[in-house]
Amino acid sequence: MKPSPEIYDALEVVARDLYIKALQDIPPDVRAGLSRGLEAEKQQGNQTASGIMLTILDNIRVADEQKTLVCQDTGLPVFKVAVGGKLDMDLWRLKDSLRKGCARATAERPLRPNTVHPLTRKHTGTNTGEGIPVVKLDFVPDSDRIELQMAPKGSGSENMSFLKMLNPSEGIQGIKRFVVQCIFESGARPCPPMIVGIGLGGTSDIAMGLAKEASTFRHLGTHNPDPDVAKLEDELLDLINQTGIGPQGLGGVTTAMAVNIEWAHTHISQNPVAVNIQCWRGERAEAELDAYGNVSWK
Amino acid sequence: MAQHVLVPPLKEEDVRKLQLEDTVRIDGTIFGIRDATQIRIFDDKIEPPADLTGAICLHTAPGVKKLPDGRYQKISIGTTTSTRMDRFVPGLLERYQVRAIVGKAGLTETSVEAMRRWGGVYLAIVGGAAALETMQIEEIEEVWWDDLMPECLWKFRVKDFGPLVVAIDAHGHSLYRNVQERAAERTKRFSFT
Repeated sequence: MKPSPEIYDALEVVARDLYIKALQDIPPDVRAGLSRGLEAEKQQGNQTASGIMLTILDNIRVADEQKTLVCQDTGLPVFKVAVGGKLDMDLWRLKDSLRKGCARATAERPLRPNTVHPLTRKHTGTNTGEGIPVVKLDFVPDSDRIELQMAPKGSGSENMSFLKMLNPSEGIQGIKRFVVQCIFESGARPCPPMIVGIGLGGTSDIAMGLAKEASTFRHLGTHNPDPDVAKLEDELLDLINQTGIGPQGLGGVTTAMAVNIEWAHTHISQNPVAVNIQCWRGERAEAELDAYGNVSWK
Repeated sequence: MAQHVLVPPLKEEDVRKLQLEDTVRIDGTIFGIRDATQIRIFDDKIEPPADLTGAICLHTAPGVKKLPDGRYQKISIGTTTSTRMDRFVPGLLERYQVRAIVGKAGLTETSVEAMRRWGGVYLAIVGGAAALETMQIEEIEEVWWDDLMPECLWKFRVKDFGPLVVAIDAHGHSLYRNVQERAAERTKRFSFT
């Protein structure tokens, strides 16, 4: 079916509102994860780590009350869009609406512009540009709706991104060793307690994309449906928290709130592992549109 | 783990008495600096237009709005990763007598040594806690080098700014080093089965 012509304007407004909401309103699952972190540090009697977790929760409260941004880093806008397979849409216009929405959020809120040319470092001023916002399109069978997830990916954590094409013979052991090494090297920089996203398999670019999806769009407290992968998530979370890096890298038992793994099949001679980290704010906002442009917020 | 209130400008003895994991809050004036600000001071060799003696410097690039009268209104002020600006720390301490750096993610051994030698401390703020920080910054008092926006030299008036953790003291100790050494020891024992 053809959606109503208003849907592209509606998408632009939703994109703007998602960007601002994600920066102001921490998702419920992340709040719960942070509260669990505080309890864990209190139980250990770690005053420094408990103090940090309290300050984080206090900061979220202030952002709620004053409708201010949780963190000053307004990130690079990333969207995951699942388009219902029944919708006969102009996907170029869909992407253009998301781009316009980000530029409007930046001008109207206003948001700090972060988007620059990689060589000249010249600002676009709009938080949009070549390839920005990042839009990952997916399609859902038998649906006439559009599901949107938005994350303004902050830089402290994004700079801690890693890819290694391991040998297949290095197996799960090699994967674990590499991930722990990445977390150790990252130390305090990604603003722990963090969410660790891991992409396994695919080609190199697919592995990185899966890692980003795992760190930004998976909810805390969920597991990968594949039981072997879910087991690896638990084992890695345990190892990472045994390092004692802790909140803000100043020591503690809460280095990561979650390890999320997404995977794809790969080549017989490849074993790609990608790591992408999300900082404690776990910023993310979600909404859904029907074919007439009516919005429901999640 | 004692609690302190610091009111700059600070003297050497004010920071020498601070110990790792002490908690600090700041009242008064702090300066905002970032990569571009310090590239101008140290690489382009242009003297800073403000007296930094005894100062507390914050690693930041604020989100602001310029008002019609030329002043700046705060929108969101937070802290950036200090590690990138590590190489400027010895110069700030030796040449300008800066006494404290507020930042996130810590500094390397070069800075730890400079802080021991010249009498300085690193105060860790909670990275990403910009809502609190913006509230605790009462006013943007002055802005120099606004061609570097947002990486200008900023002067903020703050009240009850913190809590900050003494993460590198003026005696050669670093909480980051302690945590990393312990993590290295522990990961060495992991079997990865």
